[in-house]
Amino acid sequence: MGRVATDFAYLATIVAFILALKFLSHPATARRGNWIGAVGMLIAIGVTFAQKSVVSYWEILVGMAVGGSFGAVAARRVKMTAMPQMVALFNGVGGGAAALISLAEFHVLAPDPGRLHGDISVSIILSALIGSISFAGSMVAFAKLQELIQGRPIVYLGQQAVNGLLIAAVVAAGVAIVAGAEKQWLIVALILGALLFGVLFVLPIGGADMPVVISLLNAFTGIAAAATGFELENNVLIVSGMLVGASGTLLTILMGRAMNRSIANVLFGAFGQVTPQAAATAATDGGTVRSASAEDVAVMLAYAHKVVFVPGYGLAVAQAQHDVRQLADLLEQKGVEVSYAIHPVAGRMPGHMNVLLAEANVPYPQLEEMDEANSEFSRTDVALVVGANDVVNPDARNNQGSPIYGMPILNVDQANAVVVLKRSMNPGFAGIENPLFYNPKTVMLFGDAKDSITKLIADVKTL
Amino acid sequence: MSHGLLLAFEVTILVLAIFLGFEVISKVPTLLHTPLMSGTNAIHGIVIVGAMLVAGLGHKDTLTTVVGLVAVVLASANVVGGFVVTDRMLEMFRKREPAKTPAAAADGGAAGRDPSKPEVPPTQ
Repeated sequence: MGRVATDFAYLATIVAFILALKFLSHPATARRGNWIGAVGMLIAIGVTFAQKSVVSYWEILVGMAVGGSFGAVAARRVKMTAMPQMVALFNGVGGGAAALISLAEFHVLAPDPGRLHGDISVSIILSALIGSISFAGSMVAFAKLQELIQGRPIVYLGQQAVNGLLIAAVVAAGVAIVAGAEKQWLIVALILGALLFGVLFVLPIGGADMPVVISLLNAFTGIAAAATGFELENNVLIVSGMLVGASGTLLTILMGRAMNRSIANVLFGAFGQVTPQAAATAATDGGTVRSASAEDVAVMLAYAHKVVFVPGYGLAVAQAQHDVRQLADLLEQKGVEVSYAIHPVAGRMPGHMNVLLAEANVPYPQLEEMDEANSEFSRTDVALVVGANDVVNPDARNNQGSPIYGMPILNVDQANAVVVLKRSMNPGFAGIENPLFYNPKTVMLFGDAKDSITKLIADVKTL
Repeated sequence: MSHGLLLAFEVTILVLAIFLGFEVISKVPTLLHTPLMSGTNAIHGIVIVGAMLVAGLGHKDTLTTVVGLVAVVLASANVVGGFVVTDRMLEMFRKREPAKTPAAAADGGAAGRDPSKPEVPPTQ
């Protein structure tokens, strides 16, 4: 297949990818869009096979069978609660592939001095660098989310200096290569340094900040793919990679905004380690915590007109989404109006809660975004908070000394009554006190979220 | 095409892709942000094309071939896993319950009712 025909076929792939993203603008068309994207990918793979320069078919097919079957099995088996680590994993392997392509391409091109154009060597370096950071960073994010290593920020003295020196050394190696030192060991060193940097860079970031990190790593892999496109002079890689880069960047910005924190603060702030003094100043006003029994809460819920569920990461941990849905069904049968208020950073990745509740067959019109939900809390009888903490903390609105001051929150305290399902009075992940728990409107239902919901279901049934 | 001209052309495409990307992605509702992430994940699996081009080179350079093939394996996992998991997720997003028992439908189906739509008058 000639270069011109190939490039036109790649254009079909590009159009398919753009349509796939356009169809994602509505849940009713999104699934079709994903299929269109998959067809586009098949076209790209097909025409690549037909290229004259590609001769080792069998080896490639075997490689595809191995990687593809791993991907298919993992994607079929993964639980919806584990989606963040799955996305991190696929993100990482994509970045790793981009880095390896650059390594191989450099190996092919470099032996002849002077063969490398400046822009080709720059894109090889960028793809190797960003791809490696994305690979290593994603693997650490995966390990944290899978709880193979501790989710809390891992910090040590001089961390930022070490990271800064490391990235400076890696960039210096890149500059040396571009300047003409086309040595194999230099690019190997660059990749190893970038891998180490990827690890060190994600280690200090806490679990609650994962939505930002995963979005950012997503953008990295996209940019690495685009850089690979430059080194291979291939448009489909440039455009597709950059579409992903734009998507990841936009999500990173949105997540940062939803936490009212700059991206730099998320990445270098090691949140959760720097807040003891702020926690002490939290406006708890020496109030008392009221604990309620499941029977009391069941009565509140069953005789309400409108109940809003506010899910957080605790819902995912307890795998309670199906039970929540069952409780909601029961309440609806009793004529209660039910909806779900979803904070953009609830969970461990953008939109995490929506996927969990969709899995439990919650119809998506009931899943309300923050602004929509906030406009309705004043006419809500009961706000039921399941495993959420910081995203409902009124200190974000009222207490200038709070580390989360300014973060947009779900104003559950505007509801007539608030029920918080929580394991214990331990402060949340970030170690920040939550005055919502001391609010006279609030009652706490202590225990595992799943157990509590199951009890509520049983009690509502008897009413 | 001269190398410089090709580069200018590629950069033009890159910049247009950035604007297009922001435009299209900003229309995706927060409801679908997780499928958006896994869907774009699948799309960056397009590096499989690069991996194939490198691994498929005819010359017998073992290092290039091996590294290229490892890249093929990783990228294939990325592509297949990305599309499959996105499909699994999107399948779950439904407007109302998929399988309603006749009894539930008879009592008005309050659970799945879309408030934005007018009630359909009962047909005799």
